[in-house]
Amino acid sequence: MAKTIKVDYLSRVEGEGGLTIRFRGDRPSAVELRIFEPPRFFEAFLRGRAYLEAPDITARICGICPVAYQMSACRALEAALGTVPPAPVRSLRRLLYCGEWIESHALHVFLLHAPDFLGFDDALTMAKHHRDVVARGLSIKKAGNAILRALGGREIHPINVRVGGFYATPPRAALEALVPQLEAAQRDIAAALPWLASFDFPDFSRDYEFVALRNGFEYPLCEGRIVSSRGLDIAVADYGSHFVEQQVSYSTALHSVTRTGGAYVCGPLARFNLNFDQLRPGARSLAESIGLLPPVINPFKGLLVRAIEIAHALEEAVALIGAYSPFDPAFADTPPRAGVGHGCTEAPRGILYHRYELDDAGSILDAKIVPPTSQNMKSIELDLFELAPELAKRGHAEATWRAEQAVRNYDPCISCSTHFLELAIEREPKESS
Amino acid sequence: MAKRRPKLAVFKFASCDGCQLSVLDCEDELLLLADRVSISNFAEASRRLLRGPYDLSLVEGSITTAHDAQRIREIRGNTRFLVTIGACATSGGIQALRNFRDVREFVSVVYASPEYIDTLESSTAIADHVKVDFELRGCPIDKHQLLEVISAFLQGRKPTVPAHSVCLDCKRRGIVCVMVARGTPCLGPVTHTGCGVLCPSFDRGCYGCFGPNESPNIAGLDPALRAAGATPLDVRRLYGTFNVAREPFRSAHLGPPTSGARKAHG
Repeated sequence: MAKTIKVDYLSRVEGEGGLTIRFRGDRPSAVELRIFEPPRFFEAFLRGRAYLEAPDITARICGICPVAYQMSACRALEAALGTVPPAPVRSLRRLLYCGEWIESHALHVFLLHAPDFLGFDDALTMAKHHRDVVARGLSIKKAGNAILRALGGREIHPINVRVGGFYATPPRAALEALVPQLEAAQRDIAAALPWLASFDFPDFSRDYEFVALRNGFEYPLCEGRIVSSRGLDIAVADYGSHFVEQQVSYSTALHSVTRTGGAYVCGPLARFNLNFDQLRPGARSLAESIGLLPPVINPFKGLLVRAIEIAHALEEAVALIGAYSPFDPAFADTPPRAGVGHGCTEAPRGILYHRYELDDAGSILDAKIVPPTSQNMKSIELDLFELAPELAKRGHAEATWRAEQAVRNYDPCISCSTHFLELAIEREPKESS
Repeated sequence: MAKRRPKLAVFKFASCDGCQLSVLDCEDELLLLADRVSISNFAEASRRLLRGPYDLSLVEGSITTAHDAQRIREIRGNTRFLVTIGACATSGGIQALRNFRDVREFVSVVYASPEYIDTLESSTAIADHVKVDFELRGCPIDKHQLLEVISAFLQGRKPTVPAHSVCLDCKRRGIVCVMVARGTPCLGPVTHTGCGVLCPSFDRGCYGCFGPNESPNIAGLDPALRAAGATPLDVRRLYGTFNVAREPFRSAHLGPPTSGARKAHG
């Protein structure tokens, strides 16, 4: 007798999609992460647009990580134009990106993922029992957003990023004023870390290929080669010859795989495992204090790695502000020319790749954008496949929640690739027909 | 008996999630808000999704599929007040650029197997489908305006959200005009205020992310844009972003009629 277990929404992710796990007896026969986010066709309508419009247009792919889109777009377009931004632009971009990492990670750690470990439906319910920790999480998130406001003009879709640099540089005092708030957030994350580390992490792992940027001189944000835990080491411009996108019938999100068809993982675990030596000293000590050392191969511990990356980004932001002086001009001149450029930066959820082809007037002839969630999609499915036999032993409600939690390990941004998650666990008869 | 807390719901259609994220970006007010209203259906924040009817529904995103056109009608029937938040919900969003092109061509640029993709030919505002009680503009919305709108509906009054131009606020703040002083094309004179005059205060021209203000003079602005060096193509691009499907930005994006090859609707 076939048995279908169905839950309507998988929540606490950005966007909407659906999930089906089919069982044959206790073994999974199929796992499909179905994404029905209505496609918005960014790559199509970018054609014919001016190169200067790309950072603001592509930011609208995702309201959670717009800076990532702006950074990857700028890097790719500058490569196409042969522009080298003034040296201080590098640092100011890192500062802006730190703001986004802090707000995005704090949102996920405290509001979206932590409630799973304690059995709460949401952070607001969790706040009834742990108001101080939720308040700390919100303060950390606010500190990240304060950077985005001061430097980018606003938290969501900042307006100050330009190909070649920034439209304007803020006065030194405007950034220095953020330091007390950032230092308070450093104390908050340090105080919250033992609480997060005390969660009951399911014992789970697979044989992952981790993929991240690495440059050997700092924890990666905007620059580096694409490296993997299995020895891949390529220039960003070679991305397209090592990774391919596949379309699957049940999803409007493309799945990205290695050229040989393999799944891979990008994001916090990949960065941490491939760049642990580049963490700021305070963040590294915090990781060591809870015994979190590479390789971290349990995706449920992504929560802790994100917390460490929050600490790193706060420390980095304070250092960048300390070394900051306004500069003029705020951007390099970017005269249009024909060319092709590639850009890859570390969005909070992992590597975000852009490629543009421009004509000699600077109009975009072709655009390709590969968000991190598309790259993690196949690994999420494989995790669920691996987890399924254990899920089959549990009651429906518990199994469903655990499956949702496993998806949320990746902080999937379905708006980047998708829309709502609906979980269906279907059971087929043990004997195959 | 304790007074029943009003039920708030948040729904998403085709969008980037940014406007509903604005609710969670109210870091100082979020816990207080949760004390005052029952956040009953907000999938981005909670796995507890309660059935309606709701007192206030915030709707983000535009309608781009037949399924979503049906879904918004069901939501309307299940809520007392419906407020649309952001340019996608109020104007159709940047994805409305498809309205002026062959959507099949768009699908084939992105997807290898277009037959799997179910999409409408146009992206439309929520108000094109159901009655909307209030439209909060912006790409993204301003979170302080959002709090004002929520407070107003909870108190049964009209939200205080001005509809004049960015240009007027810019003048009031004494910001040096980027168009007059620096020759930077700026949509401030025809754009709905609400952002806090962000772009001009960062030495940049307004790019119209809040859409047209209440009585925009597009023709009057044109000579100033041209004098600032914008070509006719530049002007069409300026209007052709996040509010492209909202008149008069739509007509300004399309420019004077040419061969008649463009689709009539939008």
